[in-house]
Amino acid sequence: MNILDPQGPIGAADKTILIDSIAIMLAIVLPTIVAIFAFAFWFRQSNPRAHYRPDWAHSGRIELVVWSIPALTVILLGGVAWIGAHLLDPAAPVEGTGSPVRIQVVSLDWKWLFIYPDQRVATVNTLTVPVGAPLQFELTSASVMNAFYVPQLGSMIYTMNGMVTRLNLRADQEGDLQGLSAHFSGDGFPDMLFDVHVISPLAFPDWVKTTRSDQVLNAESYQELARQSVEKSRPTFRLDDPGLFGAIATQKIPPAPGPKITSEGAQSYLGASDVR
Amino acid sequence: MTDATMAYADGDLHHLRGTVAHSGPASKRIVTGYGFWIFILSDMVMFSAFFATYAVLLGQTAGGPGGRELFDLRNVAIETGFLLASSFTCGLATIAADVRNKLWFQVAMAVTCVLGLAFLTIEGREFASLVARGAGPTRSAFLSAFFTLVGCHGMHVSAGELWLLTMMAQVFAKGFRADIQRRILCFALFWHALDIIWVAVFSVVYLLGSAV
Amino acid sequence: MFGKLSWSAIPFDQPIPLVAGAVVLVAILAVLAWVVIKGHLPYLWSEWITSVDHKRIGVMYTLLALVMLLRGFSDAIMMRGQQAVAYHSQGYLPPEHYNQIFSAHGTIMIFFVAMPFVIGLMNLVVPLQLGVRDVAFPTLNSVGFWLTATGALLVNISLVVGEFARTGWLPYPPLSELTYSPGVGVDYYLWSLEISGIGTLVAGINLVTTVLKLRTRGMTYMRMPMFCWTTLASNLLIVAAFPILTATLAMLILDRYFGFHFFTNEAGGNVMMFMNLIWAWGHPEVYILVLPAFGIFSEVVATFSGKPLFGYRSMVLATMAICVISFMVWLHHFFTMGAGPNVNAIFGIASMVIAVPTGVKIYNWLFTMYGGRIRFTTPMLWSIGFMVTFILGGLTGVLVAVPPADFLLHNSLFLVAHFHNVIIGGVLFGAFAGYTYWFPKAFGFRLQEGLGKAAFWFWLIGFYVAFMPLYAVGFLGMTRRMQHYDVAEWRPWLLVAGGGAVLILIGIIFQIAQLVVSIRHREELRDRTGDPWDGRSLEWATASPPPVFNFAIPPDVRGEGAYWEQKSRAERPYLATAEPDYQDIEMPRNSPTGFVCAFFATVTGFALIWHIWWMVAAGLIGAFATFVVFAWRDHDEYVIPAEEVARIDRANLAERRALAGLAGRA
Repeated sequence: MNILDPQGPIGAADKTILIDSIAIMLAIVLPTIVAIFAFAFWFRQSNPRAHYRPDWAHSGRIELVVWSIPALTVILLGGVAWIGAHLLDPAAPVEGTGSPVRIQVVSLDWKWLFIYPDQRVATVNTLTVPVGAPLQFELTSASVMNAFYVPQLGSMIYTMNGMVTRLNLRADQEGDLQGLSAHFSGDGFPDMLFDVHVISPLAFPDWVKTTRSDQVLNAESYQELARQSVEKSRPTFRLDDPGLFGAIATQKIPPAPGPKITSEGAQSYLGASDVR
Repeated sequence: MTDATMAYADGDLHHLRGTVAHSGPASKRIVTGYGFWIFILSDMVMFSAFFATYAVLLGQTAGGPGGRELFDLRNVAIETGFLLASSFTCGLATIAADVRNKLWFQVAMAVTCVLGLAFLTIEGREFASLVARGAGPTRSAFLSAFFTLVGCHGMHVSAGELWLLTMMAQVFAKGFRADIQRRILCFALFWHALDIIWVAVFSVVYLLGSAV
Repeated sequence: MFGKLSWSAIPFDQPIPLVAGAVVLVAILAVLAWVVIKGHLPYLWSEWITSVDHKRIGVMYTLLALVMLLRGFSDAIMMRGQQAVAYHSQGYLPPEHYNQIFSAHGTIMIFFVAMPFVIGLMNLVVPLQLGVRDVAFPTLNSVGFWLTATGALLVNISLVVGEFARTGWLPYPPLSELTYSPGVGVDYYLWSLEISGIGTLVAGINLVTTVLKLRTRGMTYMRMPMFCWTTLASNLLIVAAFPILTATLAMLILDRYFGFHFFTNEAGGNVMMFMNLIWAWGHPEVYILVLPAFGIFSEVVATFSGKPLFGYRSMVLATMAICVISFMVWLHHFFTMGAGPNVNAIFGIASMVIAVPTGVKIYNWLFTMYGGRIRFTTPMLWSIGFMVTFILGGLTGVLVAVPPADFLLHNSLFLVAHFHNVIIGGVLFGAFAGYTYWFPKAFGFRLQEGLGKAAFWFWLIGFYVAFMPLYAVGFLGMTRRMQHYDVAEWRPWLLVAGGGAVLILIGIIFQIAQLVVSIRHREELRDRTGDPWDGRSLEWATASPPPVFNFAIPPDVRGEGAYWEQKSRAERPYLATAEPDYQDIEMPRNSPTGFVCAFFATVTGFALIWHIWWMVAAGLIGAFATFVVFAWRDHDEYVIPAEEVARIDRANLAERRALAGLAGRA
């Protein structure tokens, strides 16, 4: 999950901005730190060679430099921020080879549901994508806020119930990656890691066929998933109704339930919610 | 009496020159009034947060009633009249305190109290009727914001009423002592500030909210 | 009868909180027993608990902060311990505990360590620096302190009665709503902060009014010590920002208690609005914390360089600029919420802009050292350690202010390292510097230097060992608040970080030892002149500790560095041949109002948390009654006769004269 080893253009661009910003700032920060040590050492009380200026407390020229250095740095970095924020807007589409893959993401307590409306499949805690294709994510949450994040593919985005956020990524190397939730969401939060399989675009339709299992994802099976639990296996589903995500995102399917407690002291919320 | 604590005149080691850049700490009355103004500003910031919330949640009626169906502007005009009148009588009470007239002070404060209670009664009845119609604060985010903003103002008025009665009791028991005068000053500031907030409330909540 | 409260609220089946709670209870009872048996209770009651003296209140605030530092640090060590062992394992803390611990850690450190620490130092020092007798509203000051203590008490009670919030130190909905947090934890958090928030607001109003309306003759704004300027800026921020917190937490309370829909998923609630409101408070809050620390560094660096602060006017401008801009950057806490590139970019740029005045301050301290004669006392070491550490923290801050960088680093351990970098390196180092610097003023003896330096080195090195690995593991994708993890590459870094926490623990032990040893050896460490550091501002013109009235004759200020002016012009008061014309001094009477009010606030808060409605009513009536009783008192001041003032002052001056004569500095 090393962000310094990006596997896609968004991640690579994010990383470039990261490194460049650090470099620009280090150019100012390192000499300043050296100066701090140098002045502290040279002007120590026990140094007879240092010239003591007990009344020197003002210099217009130094002030000019001292205001200018941070100001110029900030102007430079501000430009980087403006341009970078616009180029790397998560909602901005990414170009790629092959047809775009639409993936609808629902964060549940405490697992990830990935719906492929065009392919009519759904998976839990596994995201399989073809290499080089534009990936168009629409995200929402069943319950509380989470953040969808695949560090080596790039930018993260929040998921919120009743709302749809958008993210566009592309994976440029075949292989296996990992993703996680980057926003704390409760007792099962640490188990919200998910696998990302980047496969050849030729293998993708085969993957879809094998994934379209007997289990169907509909409102009922969704309610089962929405109970507060951690998912250790990687179930897959057939999707009959491509409007399911829309129903979740507009709250036609109500938000997922929370835990029921049996004591006033601390208790685990894993498995403590009821099916409605 | 208490100004002597901070007064300087006798402790002056160096004779005052023509212009003194800063003549020392301010008097108790000024300090108290200033501090209370700062408190009022902080209270206005709190109200701003509720106003901002109301603005954001204006349209979130969750399929339920909005401002246009719910707000009775005639009612609002009447309670506004009561509240503004109470500010006027509060001003009269302040003047009475300045000239140390106990009788008129108590009369003016009592009238202020009654006018304030009239305001609260009308507001309470409005809330009760909304709840009875199924438009209580739990119905939708819009109504939560409405009840909270208007209710917060109402709670401040209620706290002000308690303060008002305490001040009447204080003047009755101890007269117009300097510290009681300072408290009357603060109370008056508070009461007038509530008026200002109310003007904002009926403009933003009732007038603008009726467009929803 | 007792609402939701029942025996199931006490964690009889959970050893860690049970034992911790029992140990703390025994310790408290032991201390109380010692106090009562030794007969110290009347002294404590009349001299400290009911005191309205800003110096005493400042000390109590600081003591609260230090005690809560131990609690907050215990949480930290537990967290580091858990993350060191919970690799392919659940560790020793199940999620329901771990989640409370990190939530309590953040809440306690911000609200009950950092805030009281800086407010305590400002309370102690500012009236002395301004040359006045007390803050603007002394009794209100006491109320503010005790309400803060109430908040701290409630948070600690949650350890053994019920549970604490499990949402993180900011209770984001919908997780913090009743649906997903049905226990009392979030309620403990909410009421504790609403109550202590009143205390903080009171302190803010007090200090703003003091700086703006209560300065000694001749002290114009541009002659105030820098610490007073940063006090002004910080408290203006308190007055402007804390009401937003009060309102936002109130809305969450209404959601949880009455079924309102501000932030619920249903009925139109808006989660994003909570984020905006809470961070509109949250960002100014961190500047509330760091500005006084900046002020402390200005004082310390100037004093121990033997030179006035470089670029005073520039520093004032920078301080007020930070004050204003801090209200314009809040969105950088949620760039990843999807506000769009224009909004993100504007807030990103604004966040960088605030680095400009901050950078100016660092350079001005640098040039204060230039041409100085630097003494490496413990406060100066903290200051130099701060300068280097805070610059790095600022770098990482400007980094995450660039939205695309934040898209990778938001909520990661990189972010955690960043804010600890600036809060520990900035606020805490500043507070420790101020604590060491002003300790002799408060108590009349210095803290032992050797142990102080050892504490500094362990804290400094421990900080880097604990937090630099967190930057690395943030780059490796690790997010915050994970109770366990399975990623192998993260583990070594987390083990090193655990080691760093142990180093910091040793630093804390040295600080405790320093206090104990200094008290034992206080006669050797005694400060008889009132000016142990050759200081530049008016607090050093008083005795250590100052008499209750601070100055027998209110000082008349001629220039910046008011006291330094006096010293350098050889206008030393103790050399004056003519005795000053002593007058009667009126001082405010002590009052139990603060303590009693806080007692009722604790009762009310606890009752609200557990839904014991009759107790709520009783508590509120009690609190109101306290104020009425206070308002009814006939004597709010007492007089110190001129002869007594003269006697005290003469004794102080005699000490100074004697020591000056001994040192041949007459």
